[in-house]
Amino acid sequence: MRALLRAWRSAVLIVTGPPIGLAGFVVIALTGAFWPRVIGPFVAGWHRRRYTALLGVRLVPPAPGQGVRRQLAFGLLAGPLSVISAAVVIVCWSVAMLGAIWLSFGWVVPQDSTGWLHYQDSLVTTLVAIAASLMLILGFVAARQLARLELLLAGRMLQASRVEALSVRVDALAESRAEVVDAADAERRRIERDLHDGAQQRLVSLAMNLGMARATLTDSDPRVTQALADAHDEAKLALSELRQLVRGLHPAVLDDRGLDAALSGIAARSPIPVRVTVDVPDRPSRTIEAVAYFVVAEALTNVAKHAGASSITVTVRRAGSRLSVVIADDGRGGADPAGGTGLRGLTQRVGSVDGVLRLSSPVGGPTTIEVELPCES
Amino acid sequence: MRVVIGEDSVLLREGLVRLLTASGMEVAATAGDAETFLKAVAEHRPDVVVLDVRMPPSFTDEGLRAALVLRRQYPEIAVLVLSQYVEERYAIELLSGPPSKVGYLLKDRIADVGDFLDALRRVADGGTALDPEVVAQLLVRRHRDPMERLTPREREVLALMAEGRSNSAIAAALFVSDSAIEKHVNSIFTKLDLQPADGDHRRVLAVLRFLEVSP
Repeated sequence: MRALLRAWRSAVLIVTGPPIGLAGFVVIALTGAFWPRVIGPFVAGWHRRRYTALLGVRLVPPAPGQGVRRQLAFGLLAGPLSVISAAVVIVCWSVAMLGAIWLSFGWVVPQDSTGWLHYQDSLVTTLVAIAASLMLILGFVAARQLARLELLLAGRMLQASRVEALSVRVDALAESRAEVVDAADAERRRIERDLHDGAQQRLVSLAMNLGMARATLTDSDPRVTQALADAHDEAKLALSELRQLVRGLHPAVLDDRGLDAALSGIAARSPIPVRVTVDVPDRPSRTIEAVAYFVVAEALTNVAKHAGASSITVTVRRAGSRLSVVIADDGRGGADPAGGTGLRGLTQRVGSVDGVLRLSSPVGGPTTIEVELPCES
Repeated sequence: MRVVIGEDSVLLREGLVRLLTASGMEVAATAGDAETFLKAVAEHRPDVVVLDVRMPPSFTDEGLRAALVLRRQYPEIAVLVLSQYVEERYAIELLSGPPSKVGYLLKDRIADVGDFLDALRRVADGGTALDPEVVAQLLVRRHRDPMERLTPREREVLALMAEGRSNSAIAAALFVSDSAIEKHVNSIFTKLDLQPADGDHRRVLAVLRFLEVSP
């Protein structure tokens, strides 16, 4: 049933092809030389719409400006091709029609006085009936095959090529990924801000009230003073932990003053002495700055945890459109990028902005993490 | 002592007012944003101001910029800047002038009510109060040369000096005698090629100059 439907649709396509095929041919022949970039895709659009309407096939047009020659060539080729295809199908059906007419005459005029029509000869009658049916079927088969040929050509010439389609897709993906990275970044900023304006102020206020109570209630029950003292210390500890956490999210100073200012802060908190050198005359984008900050923060945490180092140097330099971040320590080395989640997280975050991370960590040290981030100013 | 407070969190503002009033200070005005704050200072001319770094409208370094304006316009008013996080960069900007009548502390320090009030009075009296966290960050920047020659104990003393504390306060913090601290201080000044200075403020100035903070 579906095969019949397909054959029928193909036949309709082929038989109705010449008007559009010839019109496109004429338009391109007259004006294609003057405005190829407009006319090629324009005529190709007719054909693409035709295939969609009659066969339900969607063709992905090439991106603007791409595949102009292919589309022009198809428009020209479609002229003669559509005429020849339609002729083949119509000839087949005409022969079948003649046979049918001849046979029906036989029904109507059974007595043939001349014998010219060979109606008495049942063999001839049968042969004619078979031949007519075959020609009818052949018309449909030809239509189906010709439609496939047209579609094959159209698929090659009217569509974005694989490379073009991929490059469009890559552009779209790169854009959406950049949006995702930026959105995640904005989200971190928002959380930082909410915690700063909310929970942190409340905790400071709580700790202050406890501190005031502790200072004034010195001569009450020792159990009360002890409980107050514990609560006060606990509140201060919570404040300090929350502060470390929130600054790790996204330090406000990074937006205000840039990498140098933000990095000296994490360097100061590192248990291992860190020397920071930042030479970034033009500030990169906020997202790139955030990634660079995260890389250094994460790397310092890693070194403190695993390396057994006695000193760390952090160097951030901007050379043209690259921001290079180098973290070197004199620890025991042997860091494995696949081993810990820290290094994997670093690689992912760097990769999210098309950066490159190189790790050199021979057993016995020293370990160097080199990160290159792209930055258009 | 008359105080003007600049802090956008209502909760904390009220708390500060209660704390300062309870300890015998007079809160002349409070403000929730930098502009109102500067107007209040111009109107009331307090002895000391307490203000938050992040305030509306921009919530970045509004308060810090207001503090810098005050330091220029009213050098006689002492400024204590509070912040959820201390940043060495902000400290350097704040101290780019004579390091007196200025303080920069973490907000957490308010919880230690006694220490906080001491710092506020010290600043009002023309001294300096730098958060230990800031000092740590400043010392990081000088991880080389003469610093290497200091003993760990001398580093501790140097850090406390940079916070703006007096000899007796340092002695109390480290549980040693005043004379022991004096020996350490002299040794530090010798090792760092600093001219021995008398008076707490000149000492802080010397240390900050060494840390490449002050001009």
